[in-house]
Amino acid sequence: MRLGMTLVLIGLGLCASAAAEPSAGRRDQLRDMVAQDCGSCHGMTRKGGLGSPLLPEDLSRLSAEGVVETILEGRPGTPMPPWKSMLSRDDATWIAAYLMGETE
Amino acid sequence: MIRLSLSRRAGASAPLAFAAQAAPALGRNSKRMKDFIRSSVFTAALALLAACSPQLRGTGDLGVIVERADGRVTVVESTGSTILSTVSGLGDLSHAALVYSRDERYVFVFGRDGGLTKVDLLTGTIAGRVVQSGNSIGGAISQDGSLVAVANYTPGGIKVFDTASLALVADIPAIAADGKPSKVIGIADLPGRKFIYSLYDAGEIWIADLADPAKPALTKFTGIGRLPYDALVTGDGRWYLAGLFGEDGIALLDLWNPDQGVRRILDHYGKGTEPLPVFKMPHLRGWAAADNEIWLPAIGHHQVLVVDKTSWKEAARVDVAGQPVFVMARPDGRQVWVNFAVPDYDVVQVIDVPSRKVVKTLYPGKAILHMEFTPRGERVWISARDSDKVVVYDTETLEQVAELPAVKPSGIFFSARAHKTGL
Repeated sequence: MRLGMTLVLIGLGLCASAAAEPSAGRRDQLRDMVAQDCGSCHGMTRKGGLGSPLLPEDLSRLSAEGVVETILEGRPGTPMPPWKSMLSRDDATWIAAYLMGETE
Repeated sequence: MIRLSLSRRAGASAPLAFAAQAAPALGRNSKRMKDFIRSSVFTAALALLAACSPQLRGTGDLGVIVERADGRVTVVESTGSTILSTVSGLGDLSHAALVYSRDERYVFVFGRDGGLTKVDLLTGTIAGRVVQSGNSIGGAISQDGSLVAVANYTPGGIKVFDTASLALVADIPAIAADGKPSKVIGIADLPGRKFIYSLYDAGEIWIADLADPAKPALTKFTGIGRLPYDALVTGDGRWYLAGLFGEDGIALLDLWNPDQGVRRILDHYGKGTEPLPVFKMPHLRGWAAADNEIWLPAIGHHQVLVVDKTSWKEAARVDVAGQPVFVMARPDGRQVWVNFAVPDYDVVQVIDVPSRKVVKTLYPGKAILHMEFTPRGERVWISARDSDKVVVYDTETLEQVAELPAVKPSGIFFSARAHKTGL
């Protein structure tokens, strides 16, 4: 019974975290946005600038959820703005995976 | 370069053909023939020499367009709006800034990867390159043109180089009062072989005096405000203004009276309105001085601020189409041109200074990153990154007059900057 309950919860959890991947066209836009707009502060090679470096090894100490939250909500007290007016949660989830080297 | 090689070919082929055809007719007298050949070869050599020496041209109408994704710059001339050459191999130009040598022949390009590259505009080649740090943001050239200073993020601090040899002259770390290293931003030249810059993390302003390059003398102003993100020196070299990201307001230093210290102006200029997220840091070096006013981007607002330069108080605000990034005055100060942060970056607006009204909204292309006026301001060049082009406008008719292809262009820099303090 408890096992069944756990499985259901895991299933729910998977559903909740399985974001719908943006379309191929949108992914192109997002790659461009990461290179150009994120690149303005974090560098086009993501080695950092006024903003911190965003290479996979820099992000490995963070959770994917944490990266998604930072993208959507920004970091108060720093120049990192909230991007939620331009990016959906699905967009941000894909960008986080892209930055962390989990998708191309 | 194309023009050079064409003239070389045309100049060289004629005398050689003449010598080849004329020589057999003189075959009976070997001495005369030898003399003739000698003189012909001499004439041909002279002609070759003349043809090989570069066609002379000035550099006052030259400029550079940064193609940031490809680590390349394109050398252009603004009289006929044409491309002269392209120079590759400049490294990571994510945030490319550059300064001109005082003879307007060379540019010193500061790359994000810490590269400092000296480019010869006349030959379209790299005249020197050093990778001097891990990560840099910009630089400045001294009043006498002898030193070029680079502001670094990683490790923080500035490095100063000899402009002729690119040899390292001074290495000045930016260890703040709290003992921690700091990113350096907002570097500019001051009269007398001095550089001024701000420490982003620490909130300090430093002046490095390199009268004796072996012994740089530092003057430090601490506690100037949180997170200075960029700064400028007014063209007369008197005022240094550092924009603060961590709080409202601007730190102001009177360089004619540095002992009076840094004071705060425009406190609470965002008061009463919830500021918007800032999607791109405004660039202060574009701050426009027009008449007795300074026009500058309001952070987090769709407004341009007009500040009275006598009282340093806000004189007016002009509503614009988005968050301003560059607010630049036409050289005569009659117009101010504004571009914007994403998502409003397909727009450029023109403000009439006397009436403080937007008189024109232009759509030059997608993702407008930078604007540069020709030295006397009859035209303005605008980079449209996502349209892969640079568009040239007549500033009186506000009509497009030329267009040049460029791959993801960002900054445009004309050689007239060579003779302006703070640029």
